[in-house]
Amino acid sequence: MEKKIRVFLCKPGLDGHDRGVLIVGQAMRDAGMEVIYSGLKQTSENLVEAAIQEDVDILGISILSGAHMALIPRITGLLRERGAGDILVMAGGVIPNDDAEVLVAEHGVARVFGPGSDTRDIVAFIKERVGGK
Amino acid sequence: MKESPEGLYERLLEGDRRAAARLISMVENGDHGARDVLKMLHRRTGRAHIVGLTGSPGAGKSTLACGLAGRSRAAGNTVGIICVDPTSPFTGGALLGDRVRMQELAGDPDVFIRSMGSRGALGGLSVATNDVINILDAFGKDLVIVETVGAGQVEIEVVKYAHTCVVVTMPGAGDEIQAIKAGILEIADVFVVNKADREGAQRTLADLEMMIETRPPGDGAAWKPPVVATVALNGEGMDELEDAIAGHAEYLRSSGLLEAKTEQRMKAELLGILDLMVLRAAGKALEDSEGKELVRRMVARELDPHSAAEEVVAYLLKRAIG
Repeated sequence: MEKKIRVFLCKPGLDGHDRGVLIVGQAMRDAGMEVIYSGLKQTSENLVEAAIQEDVDILGISILSGAHMALIPRITGLLRERGAGDILVMAGGVIPNDDAEVLVAEHGVARVFGPGSDTRDIVAFIKERVGGK
Repeated sequence: MKESPEGLYERLLEGDRRAAARLISMVENGDHGARDVLKMLHRRTGRAHIVGLTGSPGAGKSTLACGLAGRSRAAGNTVGIICVDPTSPFTGGALLGDRVRMQELAGDPDVFIRSMGSRGALGGLSVATNDVINILDAFGKDLVIVETVGAGQVEIEVVKYAHTCVVVTMPGAGDEIQAIKAGILEIADVFVVNKADREGAQRTLADLEMMIETRPPGDGAAWKPPVVATVALNGEGMDELEDAIAGHAEYLRSSGLLEAKTEQRMKAELLGILDLMVLRAAGKALEDSEGKELVRRMVARELDPHSAAEEVVAYLLKRAIG
């Protein structure tokens, strides 16, 4: 059995929209990855604990509520605090470019994929970053 | 980050959840380092009560697992849950959604939930799942729940060797009982009719009771599987289910069947591991020149596959012994 890329897709905070994250999840599954989905309205603590238990390579955060500048730094901070800073964090949803730049530069997010992103680019990005691990 | 097996083992005994999670990944990936840790772990296993949960997709297995785990936690026990979902045979990918039904447990560090894709590579699932059960057992979990879709030999094998096997069905599917008849009936220690608030629940309950009453006597005939009606979403019937499982655990202890079950499980584990080992060794043997010659002779109709298999086995045994 070869190593499979494991991804945890999550919806933190008060955000009820998961059509987008599920489409991304399907694309990842079809690319041969194991995708675990959190369900809606999760606390940052719960998500980090789940990511650790599932030993994922990627944590994908989807936020369409506008709370990304509060929630994402909190999640990446908790990951580091609990010794799981090596998990690659990606984000998607409605995140303005200026905010995305800050998240990548200062809060340990590898990349933000906004609306209109091609799922093939997301898959390619993941394979490039963790494929050979 | 490569860690020594001893280091990983130590961290596991200290209760480090990252270590447990990493070790499970190593098992899933067939990493050789995992084997060394599993060897050390073995003498620490045997404490947990293992509950297998199987049934058709959508019957409510995840929700029931969540309810059982919550109750066990309230009683002061720690819990491990393994959710096996199918891996696509075409892409090798999987979408593992069982956590969505287990929100109540999220964030509790004493509940360790792990989602597994069935992966399906050369029948390694039952071996890998058993290894993961053992890891959670050694990790100190009092209750380990294994949840799997009861559709296929291997998935059933996984739960068959649990201490208590719970088969979940739901009303409204006449064919459901038919499906259960073929194979799952024999392994059930407890039956659950979930979604019992739906139309047809009484009928399904009666059908199951009838089937149990009329089953042929066999091993373990002294235990009559209880049929429990539940509505997992609102907790109805969960007390009864908990009692039924506890009752079965008590029956295993008092009847002395526990030792027999443990023996059975160890034997199944050993055979599973041997199966994989032999299959891998044979696969490798077919790659060398003599192996290729065997294949060539089969293609030329000079040799039949049965005789070829005998030759391979003889060759492997000879190589292994001397």
